[in-house]
Amino acid sequence: MKFDSPATTNPIDRLKVIGQPLDRIDGPLKTTGTAPYAYERHDIVADPAYGHVIGATIAKGRITGMDLSAAERAPGVLAIVTAQNAGTLTKGNYNTAHLLGGPDIQHYHQAVALVVAESFEQARAAAHLVRIDYKAEPGSFDLHAAKGAATAPEPNDLTGPIDTHVGDFPRALAQAPVRLDETYTTPDHSHAMMEPHATLARWEDDELTVWTSNQMVAWSTGELATTLGIPPEKVRLISPYIGGGFGAKLFLRADVVLAALGARAAGRPVKVALQRPLIANNTTHRPATIQRIRLGAERDGTITAIGHESWSGDLDGGGPETAVGQTRLLYGGANRMTSMRLAVLDLPEGNAMRAPGEAPGLMALEIAMDEMAEKLGMDPVEFRIRNDTQVDPEHPERPFSARPFAQCLRLGAERFGWDRRNARPGQTRDGRWLVGLGMAAGFRNNLLMKSGARVRLDSRGIVTVETDMTDIGTGSYTILAQTAAEMMGVSMEQVRVVLGDSSFPVSAGSGGQWGAASSTAGVYAACVKLREEVARKLSFNSADAEFVDGEVRVGNRTARLQEAAADGDLVAEDSMEYGDITEKMQQSTFAGHFVEVAVDSATGETRIRRMLAICAAGRILNPKSARSQVIGAMTMGAGAALMEELVVDTRRGFFVNHDLAGYEVPVHADIPHQDVIFLDETDPMSTPMKAKGVGELGICGVGAAVANAVYNATGVRVRDYPVTLDKHLDRLPDVA
Amino acid sequence: MRPFTYERATSPAGAASAAARTQGARFIAGGTNLLDLMKLQIETPPHLIDVNGLGLDTIEATEEGGLRIGALVSNTDLAADARVRQDYGLLARALLAGASGQLRNKATTAGNLLQRTRCPYFYDTAQPCNKRQPGSGCAAIGGFTRQLGVIGTSEACLATHPSDMAVALRALDATVETVRPDGTARALPIADFHRLPGDTPHIETALEPGELITAVVLPKPLGGRHIYRKVRDRASYAFALVSVGAIIQSDGSGRVALGGVAHKPWRVEAAEGEMPRGAGAVAGALLAGARPTRENAFKITLVERTLAAVLNEARG
Repeated sequence: MKFDSPATTNPIDRLKVIGQPLDRIDGPLKTTGTAPYAYERHDIVADPAYGHVIGATIAKGRITGMDLSAAERAPGVLAIVTAQNAGTLTKGNYNTAHLLGGPDIQHYHQAVALVVAESFEQARAAAHLVRIDYKAEPGSFDLHAAKGAATAPEPNDLTGPIDTHVGDFPRALAQAPVRLDETYTTPDHSHAMMEPHATLARWEDDELTVWTSNQMVAWSTGELATTLGIPPEKVRLISPYIGGGFGAKLFLRADVVLAALGARAAGRPVKVALQRPLIANNTTHRPATIQRIRLGAERDGTITAIGHESWSGDLDGGGPETAVGQTRLLYGGANRMTSMRLAVLDLPEGNAMRAPGEAPGLMALEIAMDEMAEKLGMDPVEFRIRNDTQVDPEHPERPFSARPFAQCLRLGAERFGWDRRNARPGQTRDGRWLVGLGMAAGFRNNLLMKSGARVRLDSRGIVTVETDMTDIGTGSYTILAQTAAEMMGVSMEQVRVVLGDSSFPVSAGSGGQWGAASSTAGVYAACVKLREEVARKLSFNSADAEFVDGEVRVGNRTARLQEAAADGDLVAEDSMEYGDITEKMQQSTFAGHFVEVAVDSATGETRIRRMLAICAAGRILNPKSARSQVIGAMTMGAGAALMEELVVDTRRGFFVNHDLAGYEVPVHADIPHQDVIFLDETDPMSTPMKAKGVGELGICGVGAAVANAVYNATGVRVRDYPVTLDKHLDRLPDVA
Repeated sequence: MRPFTYERATSPAGAASAAARTQGARFIAGGTNLLDLMKLQIETPPHLIDVNGLGLDTIEATEEGGLRIGALVSNTDLAADARVRQDYGLLARALLAGASGQLRNKATTAGNLLQRTRCPYFYDTAQPCNKRQPGSGCAAIGGFTRQLGVIGTSEACLATHPSDMAVALRALDATVETVRPDGTARALPIADFHRLPGDTPHIETALEPGELITAVVLPKPLGGRHIYRKVRDRASYAFALVSVGAIIQSDGSGRVALGGVAHKPWRVEAAEGEMPRGAGAVAGALLAGARPTRENAFKITLVERTLAAVLNEARG
């Protein structure tokens, strides 16, 4: 089915099931510990061998010698995989560095060997017996030092244009009566998901099955086949439950390749989980940025010049962090420029992490907007609304499909008690605490991906949905069941959902906040086809048939749904794809984030007191799981604001704090109170579901809202994230 | 984890003599730190002596009016003890500022004193670390030092001792009771228990090979206000950037010990004489001779400001 004109009324609009705050259908499995994750597939392979990954201990250079003899003799060892004995491996298209390194080393903790043994402990012990000699070479590890040599990267679908110019930015900036020119930095971030990358691999003759933890089943199936040099139809990838991904599991990673190679070498199934201390340097991360923002405005607050430049680094062949993307669309202004530059760094490869581009981009832009509002003597909410736009500012012929941005901000201000904010910073005390309020805009584009599904009706009236869609903790199982239940007129109990298997129709997968809207649209398409099959089977006119309460009705005629499957299951498969509707109109999601913080007047410690997000993301398919997405994202945004930083050792070229003790993410005590309000909205330009993504919108802008609240509390502006106490301690107001 | 042998000790002296028999043997109680270190092969003991069966898990009054805390009393039980909460509030508060409820359930009094540093370079066996591998060098010097020590550091090591409990014990002038492999007992003042790194940062305490902690003794209650302020980037479950443990009397005199600044809980008795002149004077005397790095110089300011807040709270 092709979506190329606005959605009209359809069965989803009944909202009997869709739009209801239903519990997750996979919740009991997860809360009882019975959802089978990749490393726990004892049901499939009772007695696997275990692999332990060895990571390179230099950042750049070569392996000059490897002595495996002691490890090979160690108890229980079955095989040791290295680049020397693994055969030819082709780098996948989505990978920047090789997943099995050697002799060349491209980054610290790049996998260089897998030791396979009868037990995990034996594999780990033997891994320590492998002796590897390296010849280290100097590398480039410091973004600030490499910034001057950064160049314009090649544009692609992910980056969009590298530079944009509208009007005469330099002149407009020079002539603006109020100007801002500041530089902001965001550090490297780790996804730090609970479940590490993990895979169980089994070969049966030349056919490979991997049970793994991956957000994008079809991408990674293809990449695994490419890497191993085998036909894609010989690879089956199964990923039904995923303990968090946030982008870290969008791509094929070393666990999958090494488990497959280990299983081949050992002649039996092998499972591999990346050890926690490897994850920061072995896998991907959100790259650090340096961002310069220049704003010019009239005294009434109208922006006349808006410029955003971003520098980031990656391994040779990698891509930029697209931190300027939102600045092309969020605010009006006749004269504009954006630019991205990429430095070659010999750190581990950067890639997508929850809201790539917008998350760090808004951390900078939305502090700049706060600073500019102060220069103008305007309220930060009013300043943003003054510069609202209903069209793409770079291409005014493209309207937004829906843009209730101002409503998000106004409702947020009202609900949060924004009028109680003292515009003069550093003025509000609560005992030993300096109290501040801050806000920021949230913005994330709505991306749509082709997505397919197969639906089956059986003689008991059970509707089974099969798609390679994944549930990374988001609630995919539940909203896909809701979609099928709504379309087929059955209760949730009548629907089964099976996900994450490459033998199922290819879906959108989970990433870029496209999963919910795209994958439900795919199920919608398949259900439209199944409805036609049912009507045909029952000799009903399908155009008039109503599917409700387990029945099919046309006029006075009524049949029970399962009668259509009385002499055999009915199966329908289809996918939803998109015409140029997204090019004619800009589809985005919007939020207003409001935060209250307290800063200890003595120690400078910042503690969040309350957070509010107002979100506009089209129809909310399940307010309960959507809220969970947003509060989780707000928590991640709070971490980015206050503590998260992969620290680069610029001499040795690696992320030093590479475990969960050193890389701090928020704990419960950091997040006392969160509220989320969704605007009651539908966007018929998105899909027949009239829904958009929400899982990344929740993080977009949060960091800046926290930073702005800290500024309001202290009067000290910190432009380098995370906003830790050492950055404002010596400038805090005197509290006597 | 390297293969190791294991035995259960049946008496403290037996445990100590068993430990002396095998070079590199380690006692294990809660295991909250040691097992992690063994998995990473930072610790590779060939032999473990399980001391969990030794009793040593009671808190008893001493004749001098203090408390004798068995080496195996859990951090949870110690923090919850009514006598500790009433008379040694500093200790209870320091304990509860550390780790998580689950870890405190397993962690013991002696184990807490003996936990190793959390310097990230100590934890990465690919990096040189004089503490982990004597003579290999110190990757932290010139590297990421924000969390590390500012005073008492050496050319060999910048590590800090991570314990909150030890800071309280230092302020309380606790005594560490031990038994040696020959069966003799001794008592070490807490001030002499932890060492500065010098050029032997791998030697962290005054314990002799095989010597087993049996108890920690608190002197009779000091009265005063007991305050423990732990400063950290997140609100819980993080090691201190700086912590201040203080016992302040109504006449303004008092004791102060610091965490997060040195290879041992940091107390300078002479600095406490500066109390009448205020936090700046006390902090100045406490940290005289400090050699912070560019990254952790903020700890000097942070100590002074935190101490000022603590003294303010004590007066309030």
